[in-house]
Amino acid sequence: MVELFIYGIVLGGIIALGAVGLTLVYGILRFANFAHGDLMSAGAYISLFLMSVLFSGMGIPDSNFAPLSIGWRMVLAFPLSMLAVGGVAIAMDRILYRKLRHKNSPAVMLAMSALGASFIIRMIILILWGADYRFYRPGVLRPALSLPLGVKIRPDQLLILSVVTVLVILLHLFLQKTKMGKAMRATADNMELARVSGIDTERIILWTWGIGGALAAAGGILYGIDVQVHPGMGWNFLLPLFAAAILGTIGNVYGALVGGFVIGVAQQVSTAFLMPTYKPAVAFLIMIGILLIRPQGIFGGK
Amino acid sequence: MDLGGISAYLVSFAIMAGIFAVFCLGLNIQWGYTGLFNIGIAGFFCVGAYVSALITTPKPTGPYAHYVQQAFGLNLPFLFGLLGAALVCGLVAFFIGIPTLRLKEDYLAIATIGIAETFRLVFNNEHWLANGPRGLMGLPQPLQGLVDPRHYNYIYLLVVLAVVLGIYLLIERAIRSPWGRVLRAIREDEISASMCGKNVSHFKMQSLVFGSMVIGMGGALYAHYTKAISPDVFSPLYGTFLIWVMLMAGGSGNNRGAVVGAYLVWGIWIGTKFLTDFLLPYTLKARAPYIRFLLIGILLEIILIYRPQGLVGEEKRVSRWID
Repeated sequence: MVELFIYGIVLGGIIALGAVGLTLVYGILRFANFAHGDLMSAGAYISLFLMSVLFSGMGIPDSNFAPLSIGWRMVLAFPLSMLAVGGVAIAMDRILYRKLRHKNSPAVMLAMSALGASFIIRMIILILWGADYRFYRPGVLRPALSLPLGVKIRPDQLLILSVVTVLVILLHLFLQKTKMGKAMRATADNMELARVSGIDTERIILWTWGIGGALAAAGGILYGIDVQVHPGMGWNFLLPLFAAAILGTIGNVYGALVGGFVIGVAQQVSTAFLMPTYKPAVAFLIMIGILLIRPQGIFGGK
Repeated sequence: MDLGGISAYLVSFAIMAGIFAVFCLGLNIQWGYTGLFNIGIAGFFCVGAYVSALITTPKPTGPYAHYVQQAFGLNLPFLFGLLGAALVCGLVAFFIGIPTLRLKEDYLAIATIGIAETFRLVFNNEHWLANGPRGLMGLPQPLQGLVDPRHYNYIYLLVVLAVVLGIYLLIERAIRSPWGRVLRAIREDEISASMCGKNVSHFKMQSLVFGSMVIGMGGALYAHYTKAISPDVFSPLYGTFLIWVMLMAGGSGNNRGAVVGAYLVWGIWIGTKFLTDFLLPYTLKARAPYIRFLLIGILLEIILIYRPQGLVGEEKRVSRWID
């Protein structure tokens, strides 16, 4: 049970990275971005491409830092993929959502456009890589460390937790200390007011997509390191992401972090009673529970 | 290809597009007239198909029971399957409406995705319920034995067209009634509708349940046409997304648009199959369906940006008494 709890924290960190982007986009652009899960897949696959095609072509060594399963290729691919997916998210806004925004389309139309975009991303992944499950480094041994209380944990999972922690701290500093971060919070609070105060909201939107996309990519890659990479992963993450964002009050970044960890732990602990394939359904049930009891989330005032 | 082959092909095309027209009509009640964002059509499609299958097949006995497990089998006629599918889907819609309809439209959307995924998982994993991933086979077809089995599809086409026509007339009638005008008022402006003394969440619930019942009937029609169902049919792409593209292409808020969209987009969907069969090299054939779905996705984005009202567009006239 303690072990499942710790695995839940690892999964929760990954969900939290996605949920933060989702909640930021929701808070600032006011629509449900159904493509957010597939941005996670996009990050995972861009890393796979960089490592297996580009870096191997450039002759960067494939060896791993034992006992971790990753090596120099991943160290390089990780930030590059984050940048790339941030770019993908911005491009999607430019090609699709901005056009709808300028036509004053209702938020539901943007959500539908995002749903379409999510399928487009998934189809591109399926066309390029097929439907197989893939490892970043197939065949590498991934021994577990034994901790007290009979807990077994892989060094990779400790790495994932530390990467999540670093990214969350960076995000916190960005939102609290930089001018852009403050402007972003102001826009999420009240877009009209932000605009009359001289904040360039189009630039805010650009940054929102960039950051949301980059964090989603990080989540997707970390999931790939922890488990595997497959084209349906993003879609499977969609329900946990929304459950986390709703639990932590939509628009609230810190709430989304808390929500992510809660959902991750609940999903992992549920595997003690249920088949692991039911994980998305567990997130769904929690979400229905929140909607019934407290639809505004734990940090929402009435 | 001989003439008989071509006409048989056209009949099967008309049947499948007709079944999708039923889904589009159901979605049109929810989205087109009320503005309810249901993106879990696949869930209702799935439930409708499985309920009808369980109602119309006998529970396996003897050695056969080792290979096919199902929770029950009533061995009733097709009509009971169709009605049962509608009833159960209406019930599911009711339960999903309770927590979500009083909130913003996005919550219903997320919850319907959730219900679609959950049903797919349940039918995949619970072998006792409906034979797990292998699914159910050998479903009975209505009016079987009336004609030579080789020509049976002509009969089924009539069944499908009768259902499409019946539902079409029913919705047209309902939507031109005061009830239908309330739905449109809610879609346009919820607050004004409630200020006129309309109980918005009750009307939304009625629309959600009604639309889901229609979608459930579509699921039953699908199951008895293909005679075999398994959980992987009800994927978000095939069971939800394709139907949305059909309705958006045809014109949401217009029942003729819903039917036209179903036939048109089904034609495009089948047409892209010929295209990929013809153009792609042998090595890429396995990935052809992805390319076809990619094209359908791009089609939706183009419609949303350049022609959100669809091909036919909504009729402004809301009553036959107003000119």
